[in-house]
Amino acid sequence: MEAATTIQTILFWAFTVLGLAGAVGLIFNRNPVYAALSLVLNFFSIAGLYLSLGAEFLAAIQILVYAGAIMVLFLFVIMLLNLQEEHGVLKFDARRGLAFILGLGFVAEMMFVAKSFQAFPAGSNFVYGKVEPIGRALMTDYLFPFEMISVVLLAALIGAILVARRHTHQEG
Amino acid sequence: MDLLTPTVYSYLTVALVMFALGTIGVITRRNGIVVFMCIELMLNAVNLALITFSNMWNDPAGSMLVFFVMVVAAAEAVVGLAIIIALFRNQQDIDINQVNIFKW
Repeated sequence: MEAATTIQTILFWAFTVLGLAGAVGLIFNRNPVYAALSLVLNFFSIAGLYLSLGAEFLAAIQILVYAGAIMVLFLFVIMLLNLQEEHGVLKFDARRGLAFILGLGFVAEMMFVAKSFQAFPAGSNFVYGKVEPIGRALMTDYLFPFEMISVVLLAALIGAILVARRHTHQEG
Repeated sequence: MDLLTPTVYSYLTVALVMFALGTIGVITRRNGIVVFMCIELMLNAVNLALITFSNMWNDPAGSMLVFFVMVVAAAEAVVGLAIIIALFRNQQDIDINQVNIFKW
């Protein structure tokens, strides 16, 4: 693997800053709509990080599926429910303090575990990010999971309709 | 310049900081939809780590797994939001501290 190029370095740092800003905005915004928009920023930044890793197809899918479809669904539900702002998001109590200590502990622990990957460059000649090798892999080695995914989607579709349906009381 | 050049470790660090932020959000927030969005953030952090490993070994397995995780996340979002709508219809509120309909 050849080392990262200058453009990859610039992309990495720019999208890292944006993505972490989006994540922080998500957990600290009182208004759910602003939190959702912060998450959109985060999803776009993750798509940028995919691009900097050479995963072009998944970057496009990330923007289409996550930043597009899923976040529109979230915003739609937020506005449908007409929620109030959540109070005490920035208040610092015992539970919140414990959550931050646990989070910091997790980061420190995992960074220690992942230390051995410091020697590996994030290569710029990633073959399996392009559309053609991915399509080939999906239609050969991964054909069975690819077909089973359609069953999962059908089950989710039927389940969502059943759960969200307005129940009319006509027993018989 | 060499210090700034991203390695696999840098990408993994970004991924796990995002995962930790998502965890903190799940623990501290009370709004059901925001908790749900934090779970999406955690899923995305894991996807980033998977693509990093896929890039590192130049292997399709990580990319394929991310593809399937995205589809399952879409299905999960649909079912989760349906549950939230059903909950709101019953309680007029989605504060997860107030949800105790399964409490004995």
